[in-house]
Amino acid sequence: MTSELNLFRIFILVIGMSLVTYIPRALPMLFLKEFRLNPSVENFLKLIPYAALGALIFPEILFSTNHMVSSVTGGILAAVVAYFKGNLLITVVAGIFGTVLYQWLFL
Amino acid sequence: MKRTMLIQGLKAGIPIALGYIPIAIAFGILSRAEEIPIEVSMLMSLTVFAGASQFVAVNLLSLGTGIGEVIVTTFILNFRHFLMSASLFQRIEKNLTMKKLSVLSFGITDETFSLASVTELDHEERLPFNYLFGLMLISFFAWNVGTWIGLFMGNILPTLIQNSMGIALYAMFIGLLVPAVRKSIPLLFVALIAMTAHSLLILLPFLPSLSSGWNVVIATILASFIGTLIIEKEAFQ
Repeated sequence: MTSELNLFRIFILVIGMSLVTYIPRALPMLFLKEFRLNPSVENFLKLIPYAALGALIFPEILFSTNHMVSSVTGGILAAVVAYFKGNLLITVVAGIFGTVLYQWLFL
Repeated sequence: MKRTMLIQGLKAGIPIALGYIPIAIAFGILSRAEEIPIEVSMLMSLTVFAGASQFVAVNLLSLGTGIGEVIVTTFILNFRHFLMSASLFQRIEKNLTMKKLSVLSFGITDETFSLASVTELDHEERLPFNYLFGLMLISFFAWNVGTWIGLFMGNILPTLIQNSMGIALYAMFIGLLVPAVRKSIPLLFVALIAMTAHSLLILLPFLPSLSSGWNVVIATILASFIGTLIIEKEAFQ
């Protein structure tokens, strides 16, 4: 892992990774303005954030810490705070608090 | 006005930064444990700036996987940003230069995208460049600082904290989703469909097992598509 050749290969790898990550991020932003989108496509794109949030949250949240019940505890506490309070920062702190509390009490 | 937008963006990004630091620390610790050269890990956080794929890359490197395979995996994992970029573009202030758009493109992650997409600013219909730039800058900064902490002093953190921090980003996603679906039943449906679809893609044995990146992409497209049909049907009635 430490030889010169290997280090060079890994640098090439990182450059490659950054390109294949950047290109999908940039293409729509840079070239979409040429087109006039039809209303259905616009509706579709507007729903993407909420669909993506759903898909990102579940089921991965179950495996987000080393203990499933503690993750669920944090998630539920975050959801309750988000529902009644709505503040993002407090929600994140509540989620961490719920998980830490569970792990501290029961593990 | 421009400056206050930048500051507003930086402030709005604090929850993301809070979630990124522990994850980036974990990344630093992992790459140190797998004996990846420190400068490579730092360069990765600076130029790739995408959590999941960086973890996977370190993992594959430690297994001795070839360069080509790691790059293809990274592409598959991060292709969802293509959808996010197209969606976010509809919400950014119009007539930005290519230079500014290419800067903003670099900052698209699951978290900056989600936060920016659900943000409603006073007096602004679309999101100004400075606001998004601030939001992305603080996230990028946190990701890199976290990486350095993990690389150079990761082992001094208490295990309880290390174990629990994985919840932070999910709590943030919940904090973004819940207030939105509280006000709108169709959005609630879309989110639930996406969760169900994603679970089925993982669980059903007869579906080909795809990488998690593709699963998210397929679940997102499917749920948005069904949601579009529902909304348009309602609009006609």
